Amino acid sequence: MKQNVSALLVGVGGQGAILTAKVLVNGLVKAGYDVKMSEVHGMSQRGGSVSTQVHWGEKVNSPVIGPGAADIIVAFEKMEAVRYSNFLKPGGVAVINDYEIASSTVAAGLEQYPDGCLEAMRDHFTCHVLKAGEIARSLGNERCMNIVLFGSMVRALHMDDIDWETVVAETVPPKFRELNVAAFRAGYNAVGGQA
Amino acid sequence: MSKVLLSGNEAAARGAFEAGVRVCSAYPGTPSTEIFEELPKYRDALYCEWAPNEKVALEVAYGASIAGVRSLCAMKHVGLNVAADPLFTAAYNGVTGGFVIVTADDPSMHSSQNEQDNRHYARAARLPMIEPSDSQECLDFMKAAYELSERFDVPVLFRTTTRIAHSKSLVEEGERTERAPIPYVRNGKKYIAAPANAMRNHPKLEKIMAEVQEYGNECPLNKLELKGRKIGVITASIAYQYAKDAFPADTSFLKLGLTYPLPMKLISEFASKVEKLYVVEELDGFMEDQIKAAGIDCVGKELLGNIYELNPQLVRQRVFGEQAETVDVGVRAVSRPPALCPGCPHRGFFYTMAKHKDFVVAGDIGCYTLGGTPPLNALDSVVCMGAGFTVAMGMAKAFKQAGIEKKVFGVMGDSTFFHSGMTGAAEIIYNDGDVIPVVLDNSITGMTGHQDNPGSGFNLEGEIAEKLKIEDILTAYGYQKVIIVDPQDLAAMEQAVQDAIAFEGHAAIIVRRPCLLIKRIRHDIGKCAVDRSVCIGCKKCLSVGCPAIMIKDGRAEIDRAQCVGCTVCAQVCPMRAISREGGESK
Repeated sequence: MKQNVSALLVGVGGQGAILTAKVLVNGLVKAGYDVKMSEVHGMSQRGGSVSTQVHWGEKVNSPVIGPGAADIIVAFEKMEAVRYSNFLKPGGVAVINDYEIASSTVAAGLEQYPDGCLEAMRDHFTCHVLKAGEIARSLGNERCMNIVLFGSMVRALHMDDIDWETVVAETVPPKFRELNVAAFRAGYNAVGGQA
Repeated sequence: MSKVLLSGNEAAARGAFEAGVRVCSAYPGTPSTEIFEELPKYRDALYCEWAPNEKVALEVAYGASIAGVRSLCAMKHVGLNVAADPLFTAAYNGVTGGFVIVTADDPSMHSSQNEQDNRHYARAARLPMIEPSDSQECLDFMKAAYELSERFDVPVLFRTTTRIAHSKSLVEEGERTERAPIPYVRNGKKYIAAPANAMRNHPKLEKIMAEVQEYGNECPLNKLELKGRKIGVITASIAYQYAKDAFPADTSFLKLGLTYPLPMKLISEFASKVEKLYVVEELDGFMEDQIKAAGIDCVGKELLGNIYELNPQLVRQRVFGEQAETVDVGVRAVSRPPALCPGCPHRGFFYTMAKHKDFVVAGDIGCYTLGGTPPLNALDSVVCMGAGFTVAMGMAKAFKQAGIEKKVFGVMGDSTFFHSGMTGAAEIIYNDGDVIPVVLDNSITGMTGHQDNPGSGFNLEGEIAEKLKIEDILTAYGYQKVIIVDPQDLAAMEQAVQDAIAFEGHAAIIVRRPCLLIKRIRHDIGKCAVDRSVCIGCKKCLSVGCPAIMIKDGRAEIDRAQCVGCTVCAQVCPMRAISREGGESK
């Protein structure tokens, strides 16, 4: 790989972004990349907007980036894709879960959930949109939604040089192994390799 | 040897273990917590504990140093405020076994009430300070910190920030070097901080710090990377990584690991080798001010600012005026603040308080700080750990002086009660305050990720520990009525508040229900659902502020993936349209 890659995994606290990042970095480390990742704990995990950053390449300095520097965003919730869209480089890739979680302010009727999140993203970036929640439910457990999205991310980034199914199996708890490998496959097949 | 991906916290714990540390004490606080969550792994080789607060932790660790072993304590930045008293005196006295104090700062306040720059503590207390810039350095520098502490007879401040503590990077681990405890000999002149000894110890400390400064000029923790002569950057900690990405490839760096006292000789040599000198650091101009005071011309804060954390793109923009190209997609995301979890036991309490708009509620630090957010809006203040009871006390006294009739409550969690709330509970009795103290006892230290505390019945190593009973403590203090109530029963919660208000003497309330996220407790009590034919869309259920409830097509809807069946929403529904289905009966 010539250039470093920066990925942003964004969603709502509790959606499993941290486990997804763990699968990603386990695979990258195994493949010999220099890897840095950054996550934030504490208050923001209580249902707030969360982001985890992963950077890899020959040599990585900073574990965080600012706006305009991400190659790909994986959004576990569609409004979060919009929130972090300024982090994407122009022409960057977005994998977006067509899934809506009302924020507490929306639920309380104080703010309106925005219309047109997906369309706005599609207008500006190379987007892969999927209903990861439905796919996960069809596999028997909504909570594997995160690994469905991860499968799509691998496809979107053409990261086929790594045996991800093995990495997924090694990273998740043993009793969820089969489920998550199936989730990975379903996510991989849910998006086109060439966008 | 193969490398492993570790967070800065995990690596710092590993470094302390390899350095032969024997006694470790801390109080959890983001972003420092995971250091001590790692330590039980090494419990065959060391003792580790959660202390009730940071001052206790620092004193326990310092006691171990006095007794002759290497010791560690760790805390978040504001925790060091709590522990500042022993810190300053430990600097005067010095150490026997190596003594390292970790302070984890939180620029941008990801999970904190302020973004104070704790590097100032090193200068104020006269302590050598070490700052790592990635996980490998967290491990290596931790070992170096113990060497430094013992060599110069002084405690060492080990400062990280959120992006050091919570970022992961590759680390090569080493082996533990066992160190025999130094035989204990009573030494009152060194360790009894009476004025006569302190008079001797202060000049001794100043001499030590002059020697450490001299050592800094040759210390391997301070590294010269000489490239071009045009631009030089002096930097440390995470700002080093940002500057590496932001500055041109031919930039020369003086990367400091020992950042107090600053190696002034090394700095002026470096300054003389470059045409333009920048100092890149987050928050205050801690290094810059000292470098400028030494008469060395440099540029830093006038470009970089002293508020919030930096990143490579921000450094590039502020130093070189190069703004990264970004896209505006034209749609605005609305705010998504953190909220109390579905099923959180704090919800019932704050819903009850919110109904009484005339109540004054002084809050505290923890998950329950979220009781102050919409739609609950049930808090008047949050200051620091333990201030719930005492700020309430001051407010109550002020209202009395002003002749204003107000019901004042002080609110904090169980861990905060043991941390620094007990003195406040004593204050209310001793000075006869018209305050109702409320302990939100969810049996765990919640916000930081479920650490045990004196009231949880378990210790850091997961073993059964003596369980201190909050009701016994309050009763012993002199509260004649201690009401224990389950907040998930809203009628009982309201009754408890009314009973406490009506009571003639001093009453206190313990709101007791374990946090839903505690793994060792089963919580399968089913899920709630809305009968759409009964719901009239009045939105009353939204007033409990549960993330699992929303309005869809004019009727309430409950997200089954999030709901845990607490029924708080069902209890407020005037139409009885919400009911619980499935799960084990409770």
